[in-house]
Amino acid sequence: MVKFLPLKEAVAENLHDGDTVAFEGFTHLIPTAAAHEAIRQGFRDLTLIRMTPDLIYDQMIGMGMARKIVFSYVGNPGVGLLRRARDAIENGFPRAIEVEEHSHAGMANAYEAGAAGLPCAVFRGYRGAGLASVNPNIRSLTCPFSGEVLAAVPSIRPDVSFIHAQKADRKGNVLVEGIIGIQKEAVLAAKRAVVTVEEIVDNFDDLHPNLTVLPNWTVAAIAVVPGGSHPSYTHGYYARDNAAYLEWDEIAADRDRFQAWMQKNVIESSAADFAGRVEHLRKAA
Amino acid sequence: MSDAENLGFTPNEMMTIAASRALKSEDVCFVGIGAPSAACNVARLTHAPDITLIYESGTIGTAPDVLPLSIGDGELCETAVTTVAVPEMFRYWLQGGRISIGFLGAAQLDRFGNINTTVIGDYAHPKTRLPGGGGAPEIATSSKEVYITMAQSKRGMVEKIDFFTSFGHGDGGDHRKRLGIDTAGPTLLITDLAIWKPDPVTKEFTVVSLHPGVTREQVQATCGWVVKFAEALDETPAPTELELTTLRDLQARTKAAHEGTAKGKAA
Repeated sequence: MVKFLPLKEAVAENLHDGDTVAFEGFTHLIPTAAAHEAIRQGFRDLTLIRMTPDLIYDQMIGMGMARKIVFSYVGNPGVGLLRRARDAIENGFPRAIEVEEHSHAGMANAYEAGAAGLPCAVFRGYRGAGLASVNPNIRSLTCPFSGEVLAAVPSIRPDVSFIHAQKADRKGNVLVEGIIGIQKEAVLAAKRAVVTVEEIVDNFDDLHPNLTVLPNWTVAAIAVVPGGSHPSYTHGYYARDNAAYLEWDEIAADRDRFQAWMQKNVIESSAADFAGRVEHLRKAA
Repeated sequence: MSDAENLGFTPNEMMTIAASRALKSEDVCFVGIGAPSAACNVARLTHAPDITLIYESGTIGTAPDVLPLSIGDGELCETAVTTVAVPEMFRYWLQGGRISIGFLGAAQLDRFGNINTTVIGDYAHPKTRLPGGGGAPEIATSSKEVYITMAQSKRGMVEKIDFFTSFGHGDGGDHRKRLGIDTAGPTLLITDLAIWKPDPVTKEFTVVSLHPGVTREQVQATCGWVVKFAEALDETPAPTELELTTLRDLQARTKAAHEGTAKGKAA
């Protein structure tokens, strides 16, 4: 059954060195606070899965925590490149990392297959694309009914997935709304799921019945972290901090500046600092 | 600077407006960020009010008042007819054949509309690691047609791309058909200097219209392959006052909306 825990304990209980882990969020609801807690706890040799690795994987890769990344778009959304990830791929700094690259369709199908308990995903994809020749996990199979040749990729089954969501009720059911991305599939595909939320409410009785709800028995732990997706946004709570995305481009461009930023804003910081980071963004939401 | 600017608009504005004109109200368009996004929204705000704009974050039928900074901005969701999960977006809507136009940008492009946004140099040991394909590999093959827009440069428009992020016409001719791809692929390329269409047989992009004040020499000087020009070469009509005002108002609204949080850098 789901546990309500402080973020520090929720991360310590569910993430381990060498794990395959997904911190998902599709531009919206990125679990930054959870990723920062993982960085503070110093995990090593992680396999990081994420459709759009974004700032938090740039940070984890830059801190040398990743053995491998599985992704479909290794960019800084709306800004450009991820410079720490590039340094690792191009120069092996601070360590060489293994790369498994897919398309968004490939990753989305693989998560869905993971959630469905299937060994692989089958879809019409990668035709003529170079990825199929550099990624041995992109293969093909023939439809037994039509004879059509289709792409196949292994399903994604993380040891643990982290997501951020708007709210949980007192029983631990979790509500996600707005751009719902791949959040539900990431949770259902994983062995364990940790959710950070903006707030706990008594119940969801007054809400529309078709909102995306993850029942409490699909989640291992919930931690309340207001502002926990900063600098991304939480629909209905606060807006995207675009200045932070632009600033990251400069911070991550320099190895020493990166280290100094991480020391001040992550290592010497805590989950409690996130609420303050979004105060000025709440009125814009 | 260029002749186009003397006429009161920039080459980039001409590119965006020329691209917007290619879109129709009945189109269902899978929109990439940046220039494609601006073009699609100008079309929606001028001659194609009923166009359906779809962003890969799951927003269907969105009508943002300002241009999004990324494919997942809240504004896209708030103004959409509906918002679906990402697997549904790629399975039901794109793979299901419900997109008429996939609108892509490119870091590197060749004469057959093949696009690279993955790496410069060797894949295993890249000179520059770019973000990669995201939704593009399947947008390029599952959309009924693909439009491409980019500013011309010798670094961007190359004889041979370093990596096939998304397949255009391959080596030309019937290469798509031979791979079992039954969609039309790139049917239009709009640059800051010209409008290009594929030759019906070879599928090589051919200049069919030069933007006002642009010469053949300028097009060739900013392109890495030997450019073919159509026999009957048109001149792209200059932006109308309505088109230019719509684009500039959209960009001004975007800038104002993101002021303070965006340091003035808009999509």
